[in-house]
This record gives sequence, C-alpha cells and structure tokens, in this order.
Amino acid sequence: MTTMSSVPWLTIVGLVPLVGALLVAFVPGSAENAKRMALGFSLVTLVVGVVAATQFDRGASTQFQLGEQHSWIPQFGVSYSLGVDGIALVLILMALVLTPICLLAAWRDVPEEVGPGGARRTKTYFALLLVLETFMVGVFAATDVFLFYVFFEAMLIPVYFLIGRFGGARRQYAAMKFLLFSLAGGLIMLVAVIALYLQGPGGSDGFLIERLTGLSLDPTTERLLFVGFFFAFAVKAPMVPFHTWLPDAATESSPATATLLVGVLDKVGTFGMIRFCLQLFPQASEWATPVVVALAVLSVIYGALLAIGQTDMMRLVSYTSVSHFGFIVLGIFAFTNVGHAGANLYMVNHGFSTAALFLFAAMLVRRRGSKRIPDFGGWQRVTPALAGIFLVAGLSGLALPGLSSFVSEFLVLVGSFPTQPVAAVIATSGIILAALYILLMYKKVMTGPKPEGLVGVREHDRLDESGRRGLTAVRDLTTREKIVAAPLIAAFLVLGFLPNLALDVINPAVDQTLSHVQKAIPNLNPAGTLAEGSSK
Amino acid sequence: MTAVAPLALPAAFQPSNVDYLAILPLLIVFGAALVGVLVEAFAPRERRHVIQVGLAVVGLLGAAVAIIPAAGHQGVTMGLADGSTNRQMFALAVDGPALFMQGTIVLMGVLGILTMAERFGGTGPDAFTPSGASTPGSANETAAARAGALTSEVFPLTMFAIFGMMLFPTTNDLIGMFVALEVLSLPLYILSGLARRRRLLSQEASLKYFLLGAFSSAFFLFGTALLYGYAGSVYFGDLSRAIASGPLAMNGLLLPGAFLVFVGLLFKVGAVPFHAWTPDVYQGAPTPVTGFMAACTKAAAFGAILRLAYVGLDTGRWEWTNALVLVALLTMVVGAVLSVTQTDMKRLLAYSSIAHAGFILVGVLAFDRKAIGAVLFYLVAYGFATIAAFAIVSLVRQNGAEATHLSQWAGLGKRYPVVAGAFAFLMLAFAGIPLTSGFVSKFAVFSAAVGTGGATGTVLAVVGVVCSAITVFVYARVIVLMFFSDAPDDAVEVVTPSVSTTFSIAIGTLVTLALGVLPSALLDLADRASQFVR
Repeated sequence: MTTMSSVPWLTIVGLVPLVGALLVAFVPGSAENAKRMALGFSLVTLVVGVVAATQFDRGASTQFQLGEQHSWIPQFGVSYSLGVDGIALVLILMALVLTPICLLAAWRDVPEEVGPGGARRTKTYFALLLVLETFMVGVFAATDVFLFYVFFEAMLIPVYFLIGRFGGARRQYAAMKFLLFSLAGGLIMLVAVIALYLQGPGGSDGFLIERLTGLSLDPTTERLLFVGFFFAFAVKAPMVPFHTWLPDAATESSPATATLLVGVLDKVGTFGMIRFCLQLFPQASEWATPVVVALAVLSVIYGALLAIGQTDMMRLVSYTSVSHFGFIVLGIFAFTNVGHAGANLYMVNHGFSTAALFLFAAMLVRRRGSKRIPDFGGWQRVTPALAGIFLVAGLSGLALPGLSSFVSEFLVLVGSFPTQPVAAVIATSGIILAALYILLMYKKVMTGPKPEGLVGVREHDRLDESGRRGLTAVRDLTTREKIVAAPLIAAFLVLGFLPNLALDVINPAVDQTLSHVQKAIPNLNPAGTLAEGSSK
Repeated sequence: MTAVAPLALPAAFQPSNVDYLAILPLLIVFGAALVGVLVEAFAPRERRHVIQVGLAVVGLLGAAVAIIPAAGHQGVTMGLADGSTNRQMFALAVDGPALFMQGTIVLMGVLGILTMAERFGGTGPDAFTPSGASTPGSANETAAARAGALTSEVFPLTMFAIFGMMLFPTTNDLIGMFVALEVLSLPLYILSGLARRRRLLSQEASLKYFLLGAFSSAFFLFGTALLYGYAGSVYFGDLSRAIASGPLAMNGLLLPGAFLVFVGLLFKVGAVPFHAWTPDVYQGAPTPVTGFMAACTKAAAFGAILRLAYVGLDTGRWEWTNALVLVALLTMVVGAVLSVTQTDMKRLLAYSSIAHAGFILVGVLAFDRKAIGAVLFYLVAYGFATIAAFAIVSLVRQNGAEATHLSQWAGLGKRYPVVAGAFAFLMLAFAGIPLTSGFVSKFAVFSAAVGTGGATGTVLAVVGVVCSAITVFVYARVIVLMFFSDAPDDAVEVVTPSVSTTFSIAIGTLVTLALGVLPSALLDLADRASQFVR
C-alpha cells in the first residue's frame, strides 16, 4: 500500500550526495574547494529533502508515500522500491540535517598536506561522508526487504574506510571490529531474508514489504526469522550484550564519523525492529518481548553505569548511547501507541543530542589535545561559550524538561508502563544515572580552579600577546563552531517545546505499524490504559 | 540383468551425424591453436609475439561470435541414434549450460591471454621464462636469455587448454569427458612451470600439479571403467537410465564408480580433501596463468560436474549426494579458515578460491533448474573478478620481482590509490558485499539451496554464510593493510602495465561492478541457459 509519486523525490534526495561525492573526489582543485563543494551538496540535499517532505500527506491512508517502484532483479523477486512513512521521513530529515553539520564540524579533521595530491585525503574523507549520506537515505527509504539489506550492508563500507583511514591510534582495530560485528549480524539476517522470501508469495516483486506483511507463518519459522532479523538489529542498535564494538568505533573514529555512526546509522537497528520485526513477525515479536525488554532495561542501566565509569570523554558519550538505545527498544516493544511514538521521537532527539555531545566534546578535545576527562578541569573559565553549549548538550542528554529529549523519554516511560510496568520503573532509574554521568563529566571538565598556563581568548584576538606572558592561548568558539552548534541547540528547543511538529508526522505511521501487529494479535491494546490521558 | 547391458553394436557402419554449426566455437578455437603452432615454427621471432597474441584473441572472439549461431543448433551431436534400441549415442551435448560455459571460458580466456601478453617493454611475455626446459640458474638458461629466446608458445598452449575447457562441459559421455580433462590439463601443467622468476617454486608447482593431476585422472578413468561395468555404456543418457532401472545388487559398481569419477572432477575445482595442490600451484605458477587457471578451469570443471550430477548420475542422486554434501561443507570451512592464516597474496587467493568452490558446490547440490542458473552466474562473477585480481597481483613489484607477501602490500593504497582501490573492490566482491557481483552470486546459490535443497540445503547455506563471515575478515585485512597501514621504507611499486593488462583489469573490475548493480540481464541469460539436453 504505497502512494506513488510522479517525481522520484527519494531517488533525487539519495542521488544528490552521490553525485556530490563523485565530484568532490575526482574534480581537481584545492582541499578547501572540495570541502565547500561537499557542504554545498549536502545543503542542496537538505533543501531537496525538505521540499520532498512538503509533498508528504500526514492524513494519507496508505502506509508509504512518495513511492517509486521499478523491477531490479526480477529473478530474485527484488524491486527498486522506495517510499516513506512518518517514521522514515523524520529519520531521513534528521540525517539530512546532521550531514551538513558534520561536514562543517569536520572542516579541520584532516590535516593539510603539502605537495601535489595533498588534497586527496581531504577529498576522500568528504566524499565518503557524502556516500554515507546516500546510503542513509536509501536504507530508511527502502520498501523492499532485499533493497534494505543491500543498503544496510553497503553502508558498512564507507564507514569502515572512514574509521580505518581517518581515525585515532587504534583505528585499524576499531574498523575491523565494527566491520566484523556488523557483518556477522548482517549475514545471519541474509539467511532470514532468503527464507522470508520463500515463505512469501514469491514472484518478481516478492521482496516488497507490503507483500510480506501479514503472512500467516508457522510459529517456529516466524520465530526463527524474527531472531535472524533481530540479531542484526540488536548488533546495530547496539544492545547489551552486542554493544562492545560501539565504544571502540565511536572513540577511534573522527567526531563527524562517530556522530553519523551513532546518531544515524545505529538508528537503522531500532528502525529495523519497527519496520521488519514488528510489522513482518508480530506474533514472534510478542513472543520475544520478555527477553527483548529485559535486554533493553539491561542496556539502559548497564550502559549508564559504564558511562559513569569512563575517563575517556568520547567513550563516555558512546556508552550513554547504549543506555539511550535501551529506552528506544523498550518503547518499541511496549506495543503501545504512546511508547512507539516516544521511541520514534527518541530516535530523532537522540540523533541531535548525541551529535551535540560528540561534536562539542570534540571541540574540547581538539583544544586540549586529550580525550581524558582528568586532563581537563576549570575550562569554563577558559572557554565560557564552549562550556555553555557543552552544558546544554549534556542537559539534553539527561533529558531536562524543556529540551526535546525530555518529551521522548517521558513518552517512552509512560507508554511502556501499562504493558511493562516493572521494566518501566527500573528504566526510570536510568534518568538518575544519566544525571550522574553527565553532571559528573561537566563538573570534572568545566568547574574547578582555572587551569594554570592557559588563557582564553576570543576568536579574533591576537595570540602572540598571551604567548609573551608564557601562557598558552585557547580560543573560545569560532564562527564555524557556532554555526555547527546553533542548529543543534535550536533543534533541542524547538522539538522540546513543539514536539508535535514531529509527533504529528510520526503518529499516523505508529498507528499503521501497530495495526499490523493488532491484526495478528487481536487482544493487544495499543491504546494502553494511560495512553489517552498522557499523549494530549 | 541391467536394462541396457550388454549392448550390441550397430550391424553396419554408420557415419556419425555432426552439426558443424553447433560445434563451430570449438572448431575455431582448436583451429586457432593449431595455426598458433605453425606460427611458432615459421614466423620470425621478433614478430611472433604480436602474431600469437593477435591470433589467439581473434580466434577467441571469433569463437564467442560463433556461439550465437550455435545457440540456434542446440542438441546432441557427433554420434548417431540407434532406432532399434532407441539409444542416443552422441559424444557432445551442445545445450544451454555448455554454450554458456563456452562463452564464459572464451571471454575470460581473452582477458587471460591479454594478461599473459604483458611485456613491460621487453621482447617476450614478462611472466614467462625464455627457456622453460633448462635448469634454473644454469648456463643454458643464460644463453637462451642472451639469444633473445621468448616463450610465445604459451599462447597456443593456452588455446589448447581453452579448447579442452570448452569441451569439458560439452561432452556427453565419460570417455569424452576424460579426453577433455586431459586436453585442458596438460597445457596447464606446462604453463605452471614456466615462471620467469622463482623458477624452482614454479617447477615444483608444475610437477606437483602434474603428479596429483595424473593421479586424479587415474581415479576418473577407474571410475569410468566401473560405471561402464555397471551400465554397459559410457553415455550419460544410458548411465542415467541404467541407474533408474538397475538392480540394487549392482550398487557395488555404481557407488565406487560414481565416487571415483567425482573425485577426478572435484580435484580440478580444488574441493577439500582434493585441494592440497591448489595453494602450491597458485603460488608457483606465473601469476597471469594462475588467474586464467583459477577462473577458467573452475568454470569448465563445474560445467562438467553439473552435467555429471544433473544428466549422467541424476537418477542415482541419493547414493552420492551425502558424500558431496560433506565435501561441500569441508571445502567451505577449510577454505575459509585456512585463508585466515595466509601471509602470501597468491596463497590467500588460492584458499579463497577453495572456499568459493565450496559455495558453488552448495548451488550444485540444490538440484534445481534455478540452481544451475545460479551456479553459471557464480562462475562468471567469480572468474572475471579473479582474473583481474591476479592481474593486479602481477603488477605489484619489488626489485622487478612480484611482491606477493602480504606485508609488502602495506600502504599500497596511499601511493597507488587507483590500483589498490580496484583490488579492494575485488576483495569486497570476494567477500560478498552488496553492490558487487560476489553478493549477487552468493545470494543466488544460497537462496537456491534454501529454496530447493531442503533441510540439507538450509544447513549448507547457513554454514556458507558463516564461512563468508570468516572470509570477510581475510579480505578486510588486505584492505586494512593497503589503506590503513603505513608503507615500509623499502616500499613496493606498482609497475605501469601496457594496454592489454589494463584492459583485463578494467573489464574484470567493471564486470564485477556491473553484475553487482544490474545483474538481471546475465541472471536471465543464465536462467534461460540452464536446461540440459539428454
């Protein structure tokens, strides 16, 4: 059930960054020009994406809109079929907003090299980020299981190169670990993908989601298929105990890569649970709920505890994500409208707040030359503006009311309480732990006596004066960094005070998904008991 | 009493019916090979190389074109039908799989020849010694080199091998299959021993290949004898009918016969436990020959295995399937696991080829028309990628000799991004990453296995997927070395190849990409070509 679009909007949104990547990689010119071109293409993509979003009809009765469908490999039953529902649309828009921010934040990531070909590394870096954007659009827009799988796996390659070539000291290890974890999950999913097709109606378009929805599967088969898909998504999301690749990958890669990896790519895991596990295997999802919810709560608590114990700023941020993904999964497997809406909104908010934490922390790391929290202290006296935005990012991470993540965390907990009261209560303690890890980090990094030997200067102050006084000058936020920070903070506030901007798009899609589940499990009550009162 | 044996010969001599258009591709290649021998004898030395390469390429392209009319003349040929006993005694079966394999082998042969023809500015092909028969390092060898001897006979030898490879999947009886096996093998034994550098290794490879190859041929022949004893005929059609109607008591001949024949064929594809020669020969043989051998021999031998499994021994399937399943499992696991520990690029690719043989066997064991198409597609995808990969290996040099140790490849991507990029892409294809031909082909065989192979097929597919995951580590490690590591001080260089090698690498890589992004045309062709005649 897809509303077709006369203009292939989604293909265009996906193609613009790909064309940009090719031009950035192969057009001769300076590194600076390549960066500008990459940023330009990502902004054009955003504009096209926004235009496409205006074509989206929130009241439509079909599940997918802006649809396109062409036969791709009819022998396997594969179509090139794109379409979005509200869930996919907001995630795509989030990716489109984050990409230019990341490109801008990555401006100085690759050191300048002199000589002919010196710009090549920079060009490769920016081109890979754009290629990644193409795949991010594709993976959320695919309405064909095989096509989704192709994007899901192909996405690994640019990330693998981004980590392995532009990362920190242990980047080889991190890149390999990332690749092997993701591929192990993906290949198990491949077997499930093949088996799913054989269970379906088959034919030359047998991989379309709409043809595979509502199959009456044998319970054992359905459970096996569910496990095949869920495993890949749990690795991707990442959930405890499959999360160990994330801290390594996020810490060793460049901040921009880490942001896209955790902020967008990992969402494919939770997105996949909604789109594939719940929609295609509703009964098996219900069957697996106790285990999944237990893992989700474990992720919430364990991720938060690990975050508290970290001394590496980037590692801390990545463990907070493990905790937040626990919340998202809890919301999804609560099987209530509110929980689902909360989980979906959470995915968007987490994208922005994690981006802020990674990118702002990276600004600190670049100034100090160390990721270790004990190496900081008293920095709010050196870089007051940076300290300010860092605090805002942190508060968004701990879901302060008024900021966007509060709304989603609240919805998830309220939505999961009717069906999973115990889990919801335990997960609520995750909020307290979140306050601990964020505020402790802020305290250690920003407060305390002013560090000796450092002097804070504004962007355009002259550095040599401080040098004469035997002090090392540290600049506060530069204009570029302010441009990076502004849209993220704006997103926190806008979505914090007007969450309905996103919820109005998400809610119809949530109803659609849960109606598929309800068809298979009639006694399910997605409205929950508290749902009506609290969603208003 | 079996149904067909003993079989009386026809009373009077009857000339066999030959459909010359159907076998035109075979004739063209054979003719070009023969002319090549004459060229070797009569053409002046300085022009021999150009003439040989031109002749081979033209011959192969001519054969490729001739496949189009041959496709209109499908059926059994070269033999006669006996009306009284209703027997079909034809030596060749020109059908979809045979012609598809012929086309594949011919086109991959062109790339193989072009890679072998690389001279790097010298007079003769760079990969081959000017004097293969002389002792390495001896005065004879020096004299031959000084006299300007060159090894242009590799081209007619390759053409004979290609002829044998084309014949191999086309034969319709066990004796013909044996002849084809020998025709394709003998030139390869020679070619393996002709490496210009590291000659002792090359000669060892040649001898090893020859001895083990002869051994496996003997197995094949012995199996043929047993099967003849069982069915009273060597024709696949008779064999199939005899098994269908034969008494159980005769299984004492059938089982060992079928097993031994399969041993001979599995040896050629490098399936475990008949794989021991593969790493040594792949490493010792001149690199262009290795690429050619890996791609084309595998294609030909799998064509033959398909015919044997689907036409000759199809009715006795339950007798030998379990053994073949075991072989497929072992091949995938051993190939994948041992490739992890390799430190030499050519040995790594050899173990990779073993693992791939296992994946293809999974497709063979699905016993379905769709599976045949999947296997055919896999052979094309794997072959083109392999030829390009070995061609790239032959370009990476240190002090003039090939640098095949993995550590020597460190940092290659930083200094030669295009070549290393192409190689990385081929590695991703071997690993089966989506948007490469490797993914589509693995998907094709595994989905065929899950779809029609029953529980066994599912198990095979799951093991295949796990093994794919293991091999990903191997290929990813190569990429790590090339792109993420720093180059050592005595860094290797990538020599600039001539147009011919560049063409081979470019085509191999482009085919790998094209079959990954838009595979449906070839899948369709493979599917239409997946019907055997009997």
